[in-house]
Amino acid sequence: MAQIVTKATRESFGEALCELAKTNENIVVLDADLAAATKTSIFEKAFPERFRNCGIAEGNMIGVAAGLASCGKIPVAASFAMFATGRAFEQIRNSVAYPELNVKIAGSHAGISTGEDGATHQCLEDIGIMRTIPGMTVLNPADHYEMIEATKAMIEHQGPVYIRLGRLAIDSFNDPETYSFELGKGITMHNGDDITVIATGLPVNEARKAAENLEKEGINVRLINIHTIKPIDRDIIIKAAKETGRIITIEEHNIIGGLADAVCEVTSSECPVPVRRIGVNDTFGYSGPAKELLEIFGFTAENFEKVIKEELAKK
Amino acid sequence: MNIADTNQMKLLATKARKGAIVGTFNAKSGHPGGSLSAADIFTYLYFKEMNVDPKNPQWADRDRFVLSKGHCCPSLYAVLALKGFFDMSELEKLRHVGAMLQGHPDMKGTPGIDMSTGSLGQGISAACGMALCAKIDSKDFRVYTVLGDGECEEGEVWEAAMFASHKGLDNLVVFVDCNGLQIDGSTAQVGGVEPLDTKFESFGFNVLKIDGHDFEQIESALNNARQTKGKPTAIIAKTVKGKGVSFMENQVSWHGKATNAEEFEIAIKELDAQIKELEG
Repeated sequence: MAQIVTKATRESFGEALCELAKTNENIVVLDADLAAATKTSIFEKAFPERFRNCGIAEGNMIGVAAGLASCGKIPVAASFAMFATGRAFEQIRNSVAYPELNVKIAGSHAGISTGEDGATHQCLEDIGIMRTIPGMTVLNPADHYEMIEATKAMIEHQGPVYIRLGRLAIDSFNDPETYSFELGKGITMHNGDDITVIATGLPVNEARKAAENLEKEGINVRLINIHTIKPIDRDIIIKAAKETGRIITIEEHNIIGGLADAVCEVTSSECPVPVRRIGVNDTFGYSGPAKELLEIFGFTAENFEKVIKEELAKK
Repeated sequence: MNIADTNQMKLLATKARKGAIVGTFNAKSGHPGGSLSAADIFTYLYFKEMNVDPKNPQWADRDRFVLSKGHCCPSLYAVLALKGFFDMSELEKLRHVGAMLQGHPDMKGTPGIDMSTGSLGQGISAACGMALCAKIDSKDFRVYTVLGDGECEEGEVWEAAMFASHKGLDNLVVFVDCNGLQIDGSTAQVGGVEPLDTKFESFGFNVLKIDGHDFEQIESALNNARQTKGKPTAIIAKTVKGKGVSFMENQVSWHGKATNAEEFEIAIKELDAQIKELEG
């Protein structure tokens, strides 16, 4: 088993960008007065000539990124997920995605694990917002090692990408020796035919623990990690729906608009099966320590095991 | 600029105005008023100022133009056609299904369009990004953008103005086409955007006020901009909405509608008469 790294994905992202910029001189990083928080400050320190702080003006930052991309740069524009995708939605749609410009948008402090800052900063809609834009790739890596590979893939991909970063330091669970990231491909982390759990981002690790615990009880869960929400891996979802007949989705996002909907869009047309959605149940968050909030909102292996058993009882 | 040069500019601009009227008439929609007010600025930029190559529209070191007030593209399209980026007959298909010329500029489909625009306030930000790219790469290309005065009611314009000034983008020229009218009335009635000169000055711009239909003034302002180091230039150009077609001049109703057959005939007759006189 690989060494467990406890690190926020925003930090893994900042480090990965820096590493990639050593060999790719087209990478330019923009931030909106949150470099210390999004961790683009790591890049700023290493490559000050390729970093610009745009001030607290997210709309303009995205437009500047579009202009840079039109001249051949690979701009990475970072802010909190709320402001990057919410405030600057229309700039992303019209100035980036419509002209298919090669802009990368990084949204940090996504989900309720943002913690004490409370509801205004706990973005629960970013995946839904970004997913509705034609041509937008949406990434949501689940641990340190996945974030490193996803960042690499994001830079290699030609076209607009949104990547979701978390604030909370979390344990890694992937093994860098064997881990392989392919854009648009889900990863089966645990085999089983009793029921399928499809998870994305931060809760994947707890879902993994739930699957392992249940195995000891003779329940075989198929666990799929979806790091690319768009384009979604249709094949892996259809196969799971056909072979297990029942799906549970898990995401640190509103149950409206995100992974749950993306999965249902596939199953409803290809292989309709019951889908139970675990996420934030169309409500706002509130202040509190991240770990407490994650427990209250049910992002624990214990709760996942309970829901899996409830769903199995319906089979 | 000598008289022959000025006449040549006037002739091209009048042809561009005619193209805008033909385009919007065939589209049965579009924005003739602002297209006519900005036509002289577009003409000067493409025929005197900017370093572009219609045979190689993606040339990496070219000067860039961003039409931040994207709805005024009909006369820009006509200028691009006159410059040789594509055939003038494309104007007849403006806004039609499958046409190269979209209702608002589309950089993917139209040679010579450097940025897709249409949502007000966004073009100037993209222009800042292009100018920043030249700075990062130590390149000499310059970036020009045209905004509407009504457009300056958008907050993003001032985010971009702060950025341009703070980053010392002296390779950026921002024209404001001040025709004084917007959809719902005069800029004074609707949003109170003036005074624009002192606003841009306070944001750290080199500010020049000109008559936006006087080519000598456009030329001297652009020369001044090129010699200004360390800060961007804003050229506040007083213009007449609907300039060149008598019944459209200073009429807010001509912001966003096309001529009917009768109006079209009168407009074309007027513009043809101006062209004939300039061709002398």
